Amino acid sequence: MRRSMLFIPGNTPNLLINGGFLGADALIFDLEDAVSPDEKDAARILVRNIMKFMDLRGCETIVRINSIDTDYWKADLEQILPQKPRWIMLPKTGCAADVLTADAEISRLEQRLGMEPNTVRLMPLIETALGVENAFAIASASKRVGAIFLGAEDLTADLRCKRTKGGAEIDYARSRMVMAARAAEVDVYDTPFTDVSDDEGIRADAEYAKSLGFTGKASISPRHVGVINEVFSPSRKDIEYAYEVMDAIRQAHEQGRGAIALHGKMIDAPIVARARQTIAMAEEMGVGKAVQHEES
Amino acid sequence: MEIIKRAIAGTLESSDAYVEIEPNARGIRCELESVVEQQFGDNIRGLVEEILADCGVENAKIHIIDRGALECVIRARVEAAVMRGKGE
Repeated sequence: MRRSMLFIPGNTPNLLINGGFLGADALIFDLEDAVSPDEKDAARILVRNIMKFMDLRGCETIVRINSIDTDYWKADLEQILPQKPRWIMLPKTGCAADVLTADAEISRLEQRLGMEPNTVRLMPLIETALGVENAFAIASASKRVGAIFLGAEDLTADLRCKRTKGGAEIDYARSRMVMAARAAEVDVYDTPFTDVSDDEGIRADAEYAKSLGFTGKASISPRHVGVINEVFSPSRKDIEYAYEVMDAIRQAHEQGRGAIALHGKMIDAPIVARARQTIAMAEEMGVGKAVQHEES
Repeated sequence: MEIIKRAIAGTLESSDAYVEIEPNARGIRCELESVVEQQFGDNIRGLVEEILADCGVENAKIHIIDRGALECVIRARVEAAVMRGKGE
């Protein structure tokens, strides 16, 4: 379950050591934009030590390395891969060849470190017009890609338009990213909402992203994590309905019935698939069985 | 492994450590400023010596201003200072 992903600057100890207490499902240790060029070396050493010695309380670790057009990305991978991060986020991914370049270097290091192939997954960060247009090719370039992530700040700079709270300027990119990710059968994450003090704005933005089909959303502030988790979690009503669907399916099988109806509506394969996803998520959140028990 | 030039890593921010390293003719000379020096000074000095030994540094003067850094942060800042002091 990865509803929220929180960016943590890679050279800031007080944020790095507290990352596990901030409620996010995943932490993005940032070696790219949050770190000045003369501190890249110190940041990658710090992140490596944090990953090695700190208890991150079950948070998934994602490390945003520097892009492959810089001199830093190979050194980032050299330092970080021995700590077996779950994900490497690859910024400014513009085409499938970028994915394959990073994939080859990660494969080389996995082999050298005696790790199983594809232990470390890739999450391309798509933040250019070229990247958006190539989203499906990027998402399907390698088995290592498990998700794609939209970065709207760089994208709007590339589009030469203003980034607004309403987000009309990224509507096409959002839809295109979701379509590409689902076609490639990978997860898809929405860009952060950058006004840290706008509590209504973050909720509306997260709800809109969820309505489009995003798996979750990134954040640059711990303050947004709770809202994102709430929006991307199934509601109690959703969970109850999912259990009802699965009960109806079970009963129909026991009675040898083919067509199944619930509350006057036909239950077809997509509804069952969604119910299974909802139950899996509810159980991962630790609320599934409680709801099922109360319902029965 | 020789320290060939003065180098700095870390900051004076809370939970961080500011580490300054420079060449020394013979042995390790460690100076520590820390709000927890009375309780943990010996532990921190021991940790620093251990990290320098891990890095293969036998001769260096090292000055640390600790702002309540955890062990893994001190380790990272000393490693970074050593790497920079070696000219890498």
